[in-house]
Amino acid sequence: MTDAINNTSKADYRIGIDIGSTTVKVIILDEKGEILFRSYERHFSKVREKTAEVLERAKPILAGKTIVLLITGSAGLGVSKSADIPFIQEVFATAKAVETYIPETDSVIELGGEDAKIIFFNGSLEERMNGSCAGGTGAFIDQMATLLNVSVQELDRMSADFEKIYPIASRCGVFAKTDIQPILNQGGRKEDIAASIYQAVVDQTIAGLTQGRALGKTIVFLGGPLYYYKGLRARFKETLNLDDDHAIFPENGDCFAALGAALSTNGFEPQKYEDICARIKESVSDAVITNTMPPLFESEAEYAEFLSRHNKNAPPKTDISKYAGDAYLGIDAGSTTTKLVVIDKDGGILYTYYGSNRGNPVQIVFEELKKIYAAAEDRIKIRGAAVTGYGEELIKNAFNLDAGLVETVAHFRAARHFNPDVDFIIDIGGQDMKCFKIRNGAVDSIFLNEACSSGCGSFIETFARALGYEIEEFSKLGLFVKHPVNLGSRCTVFMNSSVKQAQRDGASVADISAGLSISIVKNAVYKVIRAGSADDLGQNIVVQGGTFKNDAVLRAFEQELKRNVTRPTIAGISGAYGAALHAKDLQLAESSILTEAQLADFIHKAKPITCKLCTNHCSLTVNTFDNGRRFVSGNRCSRPLGKEKSALPNLARYKYDKLLSYHGVEGAPRGKIGLPFGLNTYENLPFWHTFFTRLGFEVVLSPESSRAIYRLGQHTIPSDTVCYPAKLMHGHVLELMNAGVDTIFYPCMPYNFDEGLGDNNFNCPVVAYYPELLAANVKELKKVRYLYPYFGLHRKDDFIKRAAKYFKDEFGIPKRETKKAAEAAYAEYEAYKDEIRKKGAEYINYARENGKKILVMAGRPYHIDPEIGHGIDELAVSYGFVLITEDAVSYLMDKEPRKVLNQWTYHSRLYAAARYVTTQADMQLMQLVSFGCGTDAVTTDEVREILEAGDKIYTQIKIDEISNLGAITIRIRSLMAAVEARERGGF
Amino acid sequence: MAELVYDETGRLLFTEEMAKEYTLVVPQMLPVTFRMLVKLLELERGYHIEVLETNTQKVVETGLKYVHNDMCYPAILSIGQLIEAAESGRYDTHKLALMITQTGGGCRASNYIHLLRKALKKAGLEYIPVISINLSGMEKNPGFKLSLKLGVRCVFAMMYGDLLVHIGNQCRPYEVEKGATDALIESWTDKLVDLFTENKGLGFGAMRRYMREIVADFAKIERTNEKKPRVGIVGEIYVKYAPLGNNNLEEFLLKEGAEPVVPGVTDFIIFKVNNRYVDVGLYGGSIFKKIGMWIFQNFVIKCQNIMIEVIEEEGTFRPMSHFSELQELVKGYLGYGNKMGEGWLLTAEMLELIHSGTNNIVCTQPFGCLPNHVAGKGMMRKLKDDYPDSNIVAVDYDPGATKINQENRIKLMLANASRNERK
Repeated sequence: MTDAINNTSKADYRIGIDIGSTTVKVIILDEKGEILFRSYERHFSKVREKTAEVLERAKPILAGKTIVLLITGSAGLGVSKSADIPFIQEVFATAKAVETYIPETDSVIELGGEDAKIIFFNGSLEERMNGSCAGGTGAFIDQMATLLNVSVQELDRMSADFEKIYPIASRCGVFAKTDIQPILNQGGRKEDIAASIYQAVVDQTIAGLTQGRALGKTIVFLGGPLYYYKGLRARFKETLNLDDDHAIFPENGDCFAALGAALSTNGFEPQKYEDICARIKESVSDAVITNTMPPLFESEAEYAEFLSRHNKNAPPKTDISKYAGDAYLGIDAGSTTTKLVVIDKDGGILYTYYGSNRGNPVQIVFEELKKIYAAAEDRIKIRGAAVTGYGEELIKNAFNLDAGLVETVAHFRAARHFNPDVDFIIDIGGQDMKCFKIRNGAVDSIFLNEACSSGCGSFIETFARALGYEIEEFSKLGLFVKHPVNLGSRCTVFMNSSVKQAQRDGASVADISAGLSISIVKNAVYKVIRAGSADDLGQNIVVQGGTFKNDAVLRAFEQELKRNVTRPTIAGISGAYGAALHAKDLQLAESSILTEAQLADFIHKAKPITCKLCTNHCSLTVNTFDNGRRFVSGNRCSRPLGKEKSALPNLARYKYDKLLSYHGVEGAPRGKIGLPFGLNTYENLPFWHTFFTRLGFEVVLSPESSRAIYRLGQHTIPSDTVCYPAKLMHGHVLELMNAGVDTIFYPCMPYNFDEGLGDNNFNCPVVAYYPELLAANVKELKKVRYLYPYFGLHRKDDFIKRAAKYFKDEFGIPKRETKKAAEAAYAEYEAYKDEIRKKGAEYINYARENGKKILVMAGRPYHIDPEIGHGIDELAVSYGFVLITEDAVSYLMDKEPRKVLNQWTYHSRLYAAARYVTTQADMQLMQLVSFGCGTDAVTTDEVREILEAGDKIYTQIKIDEISNLGAITIRIRSLMAAVEARERGGF
Repeated sequence: MAELVYDETGRLLFTEEMAKEYTLVVPQMLPVTFRMLVKLLELERGYHIEVLETNTQKVVETGLKYVHNDMCYPAILSIGQLIEAAESGRYDTHKLALMITQTGGGCRASNYIHLLRKALKKAGLEYIPVISINLSGMEKNPGFKLSLKLGVRCVFAMMYGDLLVHIGNQCRPYEVEKGATDALIESWTDKLVDLFTENKGLGFGAMRRYMREIVADFAKIERTNEKKPRVGIVGEIYVKYAPLGNNNLEEFLLKEGAEPVVPGVTDFIIFKVNNRYVDVGLYGGSIFKKIGMWIFQNFVIKCQNIMIEVIEEEGTFRPMSHFSELQELVKGYLGYGNKMGEGWLLTAEMLELIHSGTNNIVCTQPFGCLPNHVAGKGMMRKLKDDYPDSNIVAVDYDPGATKINQENRIKLMLANASRNERK
């Protein structure tokens, strides 16, 4: 391959330019193929300008010469087209360079700003790129560094001193943030988080891109992040078990695609350097963006009117240096920022603080409290202190505050203060979006952003920084642009690629700024709230949260809704303001908050541990304070606190334990048969267990789901957007083989039982056909007898006939035996269902006798798997609900026509359960939805409609491999608070 | 204004009165075939039908506004297109009906019609009737009846559509005179529509005759001898065919110097009929249903056989494969019970392409498409193992996915294709 080094192009010099999502890389090769010039620079979205600038800089070398030039890279296509310069796909460029310089390579792992690629060289050449769902890698690290408030270099240095690795999702920045934020808020060490971030990138790359193909012995690592971050290299080497000879980090590894492009120029037509420069420069003004929107403001005057309208909504200010009397403290320990407000007895503001929590909210509150005490002197007495937000528990414990309250309630309290008629509140913070309707003076329906679109506010900030701006400056840029670029309304991850496309089309930073503000609003209105029109929200809309301090976002919101809304001047601190009002409402004689003297001795230490008390393996943080105060965070249940589990009945747990009790009889005559414990097995285990036990098999159930099981099978998952319950199946079948089972039974079942509640009785396509996917992707299954026939249990007589034949052919079992076993299996399934229903009725009675509220956890049967449900059931029970599952009430209803096609058995249960709940005053329903579940796009809206028509509150929780306990807690507590408020007849 | 009549479940019916005065609109998917189908429907009852060609950003935005954003892209697009039309002012909404297909399987796509009604309600247009087009006898309307006779005529029209598209695709990349292929498709579509009006061309013998003429005409298009990589397009039916759904994928491939190969809709029809037949075998059911389906399946297969024979006879073009060959190829990959969405047919089409020398394949699907987790992406590992030279790229389509990412992935596949070519 050395012939590529030689210049056979008839040009003086050969040049490769790689224009990626964040950087421009240029390589110039001399006559002998030596590198004469190299450059690696961020382009801050000014793709064409930067390219022209770098080429201009090479003028001393290139003036008057002939050159051949190839452009490569994801953002390079546009430049290539408009400047009429040939293009080479970047994976091919990279492969060229690798084959030329490091021919022994088995595979290449390349991480770029937003792309991750693996190229396999051993055997047939094969490339894998991250799918449209996978967020960036370099950009991901940038985002995380911003979140930790460190530079990327510091992040790298910190990672060297790690003690513990936390599980962090790297599928996209948004997910990772929801993982990291609680760790930060709970006082986890930044060094550990830094290394965990790198590990997440490694896991994502290997699991997401190899998909079962071996990487081989010698691996070359390329791209900026792997070139610059030592810590990331270390994580890769350790994870892949590579020594220095087999983990190759080549010189110019950050510019390999550009190098490969230069090497690929042989055979292309030489051109004059000056001509090419001129063409690229001309193309700078050649930008055509077709997909644009109307401007935010037409004129300065319009903007001035807008500002004066909003600035009217201000609480009075009281001078802290003169005031004497009672005061109340409110703290909003948000996910990325900490807010403090001190108010006087009339709600006037004495003191405010708003700032990034810099990864340690305790320290911020500590410093601010000292300042407040200093300013208060002896004149002002704090009579009450309350905290809300992600860090509520931590801050409350750290400083002995009087009360904690859930964010939704805090925001309502504040909004009511400014607009007593408020009927809709929307709060967009750094990380969460909370919207709720107010009806009859109480919180009515709550919309929180799902795992996939959270981080809306901080996304703009991260983007601003990536483009080299501070957030204030960045958002102002967009106010008056004529043509904001349309970036779509999908989750923020997709915006990355939309922005990339806009860059390619030549959009300016200002166009992008305005576009991002509009996107956030569209995301809120259409994706989170799912509104059809402004009237769906309300007449009196109050906006709050830090993101609405941004005038561009606020303006876009008003434009989208076509009506004016109220933004109190304290929009950014309204959670804290509401908490302060709440503290005042408590009317305490004395606040328990640490005094100025106690504060002087304040000490805080945080230590991460992993709880081993159940399969959830929560990452706990043990916070210890002076005076022996101690606070454990990150837990789902009360066990790690040394307390017993909540004693309230939990039918999900009961069902789960019941299923675990179905184990096989050792030494059965026909040997072992393995059943993977996931998806439909949660419904049909009583059936198949009885069936096979009767046939003389020892039924072996795969172990309880866990993160480890997921990892075990992760490399064989072909579609990264499938739901987590399906992804777990890969590990389950592998575990069965590890347990020495050589026959695995996992039937394809497009049809489920017909419970008479719907128009048909389907399973979803994933549940129905996943056995076939496993057969094609889990190679180990070829070594065992993997049986995945099509069966339908819904037609009993037909099933028995077909099963009799199947097991006769497969095992030589006499048909008579199979028939008997099937009869027994049907009977057992009925008995099991009956037992669950009876138990449900018993729990409902218990709740009624003891004055407890009943929560119906409605989802799929497999959502009771603690690894899938993340212990949400336990959490709900710990907040005082008696929990039952949807199948314990769905059978109580008859079929009723629905507005959607009601043809999936599990969906029919959801609708029936929701309808039943509307008939019961003391019942609430919480719907669990797997992230990526396509059919639930239909069910969620329908269940919401059923509940709202019945005057119930709809609560939905989206679950994934990553648990966002913070968001879940908000929902459960908001639900409880709303129900209680309704009982009291309003706040 | 026609009286609004509801059935016992509260569904607004499309009445006979409406049939006379309403305009029926339907989202575009298969331009050539739809034109002929529309003609047949119009001849049947004198409807006035329009196929929506709108492809503005407004369509996507309307869809996102009225359909759950996690719903699949085809739902967002086709519902967006229909509601956009209703809200556009181009039609009298009190004389407008919307048509949408309803598959009725276990895929969430069978919910489109219900989501469309929800969207109409949200938009305050619930007085607009929605007509379901399906093969299962769901949602009957007094003003819109699909008779067996009409069904048979539609099958013939679909055959012509598939033939024109299939051989057209083999001419277009090589035509010497730009636009010659499309002009010929246009003129043949005109001619066929006229023939249908005269009740001609809709029988086995007639179809064979006209198909011979068609193939002979296309063979006369002057073509270069260039060698271009062939690229197959498979996937979820809407994004596979509809240019609005796949960002003009065929056009992009043509510009990139490839020859697109798009398996026709005939196999999909046979597949859907075959599913019902297979179901009875797998789970039990009416023997009459089984026989009925067998007869219908054989009818379509006979049509397909004629089409293939005609192409083979003439000898210029590659024929499509027989349905039975697809069934044979997919053995060891998926069972015939895998029927939701495109089911086993999707994998079979990839196999068919590979076996007929088209190793390069774009597998299109809406983002998060449930059946394609299994039949599309789920089978690629095995295909790559079994056919190391196969070169398949999976491309997801949704309102947020950008063209740049899609094109970059397709370009990688194309670069691979030309590399393999050189080998």
